[in-house]
Amino acid sequence: MLTPCDNRVSIWSAGDLGNAGLNGEYHGEPHLLCDIQHNGDVMDMQFLDQERLVVASSTGTVTIFRHHQNNQTLSANHRWEKAHYHVDQDTSCGGAACTGVVCNNPEIVTVGEDGRINLFRADQRDAVRTIDNADSSTLHAVTFLRTTEILTVNSIGQLKIWDLRQQRNEPSQIFSLAGDRVPLHCVDRHPNQQHIVATGGQDGMLSIWDIRQGTMPVSLLNAHEAEMWEVHFHPSDPDHLFTCSEDGSLWHWDTSTNVSEKPSFLHQGGRSTAYLSHSTINQSVVSAWLSNDPTKDRMEITNLIPNQTLSVNSLDVLGPCLVYGTDAEAIYVNRQLFA
Amino acid sequence: PSSSQVFVVRRDQDIYIQTLRKLFNESHGIFMGLQRSEEELAGKSRKAHLVQVSKNYRSVIRACMEDMHEAAGKFVSLKFGPAFLQVSILSAMELIWNLCEILFVEAATAGPLLLRLLDWVRLHVCDVDSMVREVLSSESPSKHKLFWNVVDIFVLQGRMDEARHLLSKEASANPTSMNMYKILDELMKKMPVPSIGNTQTLTELELKWQHWHEECQRYLQDGTFASSPHMESICKILLGDEDAILEKKELMTTWYHFLVTRLLYSHPTVKPVELRFYAQSSMDLFLGGESSPEPLDMILMAAFEFEIHQVIKECSIVLSNWWFVAHLTDLLDHCKLLQSHNLYFGSNMREFLLLEYASGLFSHHSLWQLGVDYFDHCPEYGRVYLELHIERIPLSTEQKALKVLRICEQRQMQEQVRSICKIMAMKALRNNRLGSALSWSIRAKDAAFATLISDRFLKDYCERGCFSDLDLIDNLGPSMLLSDRLTFLGKYREFHRLYGEKRFSEAARLLLTLMTAHIAPCSFWMTLLTDALPLLEQKEVIFSAEQTYELMRCLEDLTAGNPDKQKFQDDDVETTKVEMLRLALARNLARVIVKEGTVEGS
Repeated sequence: MLTPCDNRVSIWSAGDLGNAGLNGEYHGEPHLLCDIQHNGDVMDMQFLDQERLVVASSTGTVTIFRHHQNNQTLSANHRWEKAHYHVDQDTSCGGAACTGVVCNNPEIVTVGEDGRINLFRADQRDAVRTIDNADSSTLHAVTFLRTTEILTVNSIGQLKIWDLRQQRNEPSQIFSLAGDRVPLHCVDRHPNQQHIVATGGQDGMLSIWDIRQGTMPVSLLNAHEAEMWEVHFHPSDPDHLFTCSEDGSLWHWDTSTNVSEKPSFLHQGGRSTAYLSHSTINQSVVSAWLSNDPTKDRMEITNLIPNQTLSVNSLDVLGPCLVYGTDAEAIYVNRQLFA
Repeated sequence: PSSSQVFVVRRDQDIYIQTLRKLFNESHGIFMGLQRSEEELAGKSRKAHLVQVSKNYRSVIRACMEDMHEAAGKFVSLKFGPAFLQVSILSAMELIWNLCEILFVEAATAGPLLLRLLDWVRLHVCDVDSMVREVLSSESPSKHKLFWNVVDIFVLQGRMDEARHLLSKEASANPTSMNMYKILDELMKKMPVPSIGNTQTLTELELKWQHWHEECQRYLQDGTFASSPHMESICKILLGDEDAILEKKELMTTWYHFLVTRLLYSHPTVKPVELRFYAQSSMDLFLGGESSPEPLDMILMAAFEFEIHQVIKECSIVLSNWWFVAHLTDLLDHCKLLQSHNLYFGSNMREFLLLEYASGLFSHHSLWQLGVDYFDHCPEYGRVYLELHIERIPLSTEQKALKVLRICEQRQMQEQVRSICKIMAMKALRNNRLGSALSWSIRAKDAAFATLISDRFLKDYCERGCFSDLDLIDNLGPSMLLSDRLTFLGKYREFHRLYGEKRFSEAARLLLTLMTAHIAPCSFWMTLLTDALPLLEQKEVIFSAEQTYELMRCLEDLTAGNPDKQKFQDDDVETTKVEMLRLALARNLARVIVKEGTVEGS
């Protein structure tokens, strides 16, 4: 678990799960393992592999940090200075914030306020490929669609697919919101069904897209009251989606409640459902995300934060754990998400 | 002649101490919770709630102290540096706050008051634990040189059970004193103390206490403890003998410990209003003219005297940061304890302190967000302060600008919204990020800026002959309507698209509309007419007669409307263009008249 704090990149231990009590409760607090100074605000970060972490800075620099587990230290492994810049790379104040980073070892893709897309390889000094002026507005987020394709969202409400195999500097497809071109701030792809994409907008709206068809979203869900900063499908349980916002709330979107509509043989014990034909389960659940009318008994939406005050800037989810960070300089860990 | 003074202005340094950030952040959460819970509770539950809030604030202070201890421990050089100082300041803050909680928030009454004060002393005043550990862990505790110190301090703090436990060790090690021990032990066990629940009235307690006091007196006067000076002194303490208690000055360390011990053994049913007298005399006796009171002493004294305003004033002077007084005053205000004490510039004390504190937060690159909420809860001047401060936050990234904007929009601060969007749009424009610039204009609904951006695009087009950022222009959507120029840009691009798709008649119609409906700026008409040329020169006739007349009229308006000779002096290109157009229009007219005049059929 990591946090930027007064421009430091830190690694925390969320507690040894082996110390959990009988009912799985853990009373310890996360404690700091190591940290390192970081120049500029941390805009985004992602683990490249077990030891290396890629961090995007507001100065336009992209850094790879290595976490040395034996002596619990962090060191800067590699740095791409001015990966993002306005106008002239050589001027001192020309840096542009790098707003998003995504990794698929050894490839790293970054996007920024300069509308530029960079493709790096972990141990190569120079960028493998750079698409200058890929977008006339700010690129807010990037994620992998397939190993050779990426998705970006920008501040004029467009979702673009880029094919990195192709040499031309044009997106292979452009999707946009109908109506007002509200900026999109985050994007995530369904872990199993690659055609389902979720984006979050500046007006707090959650949009679900089916990129096989049409250029507009399949469903628009009125969610938060302010910018949606991040959206994540649960990696192993994609019936669940999580969004966090400037309005201080973190919502858990649960489409798994239509289990009751399934035939009875799926009810026999929780375990057996995991081994049944996975694709059929996914397909009937997938339709929930793509359905145009998420009525109450199909989707359960819960705000996970009881006393919200300041913005929730970032979240991540893995297994039963949910982590999120707020503008009140606090990190929260929920280890029993589905209890 | 007036005296001139030079003021040294210094930025609030505390903001930058790393560990205090936790204090600022957590207390912000508690503050917000308190403001929001205002309407819900009444009566007893309200008081209980306020006490809980007070306890929460104190636990945050303690958490910070622990963090600082830890941090200071890591770096030896910091041991006597700022961190160490901070810990003692935080400790003093917690001491004062705790006393205020007992006297003002909980407003403990006679009986429970003493118990609370005892807890307060035990928690804060002297560090007994290390001494106790040392004595207990030794082989024969009763022989330890600090043994009697520990027993004494237990007695002074009213910790009878612990004192008796230790005494029993002495008794078992020293059988000759067994008799004395038994009596003393009995006295200590029987001592009447106030209880929290209403199991006995004050009168009952006083009566019992009187009896017990007399019993102790008898034993002392009989000389029961004559052979053990230690035990005799303990008995004297139990009787509230001031001199005996004062002898243990070194153990008590402070006058307020002395005060509480005195009260315990001479007047356990003390009423809050009586505190001031005991406090003053205790301080005088303890300090005895040797040393003068320190600021902390004066603050505590003011608290014992129930002079709330004095407490706040003294704290404001002594502490370098407004955090303490701002939050404490706010809490006391919720307890309805502050009269509307109007300061000369109109706002009340609570608001004044909150404004000062929040203003301080705004000087920090990240903590300013907390400041916003504080301003929100200052009804008189909060908004004005916010308006002034929010425009001065450096907008280093778009994300930060968005957060600031959101705050302004939520509070209907339209002017600030416009100003911030303009700043960001200009920055974007300077960096050639036209899409970003447009995005900011849309957010602010700034038509003028949208026009500026469109002109930029059109200028680029005229210079380069093609559009940049087609992904933007082709996807304007409803935002196209924000400004006429933007609409024109969108429609003009559409014209090019139609032409590219060979949908000539539609393109022609659009082109004409652009001019006749005055969507196009006059400066662009020449370009539009030039764009019409290829359409005029097509094999197939595209423009109808009506349309051709319109075009001719446009051309004449353009050339005749400007009497300046400049236009014709420009270069021959202009005149050639005009001539070519006239020719093409004439030819088109000729063809179309023929075409329209021809009867369809054979």
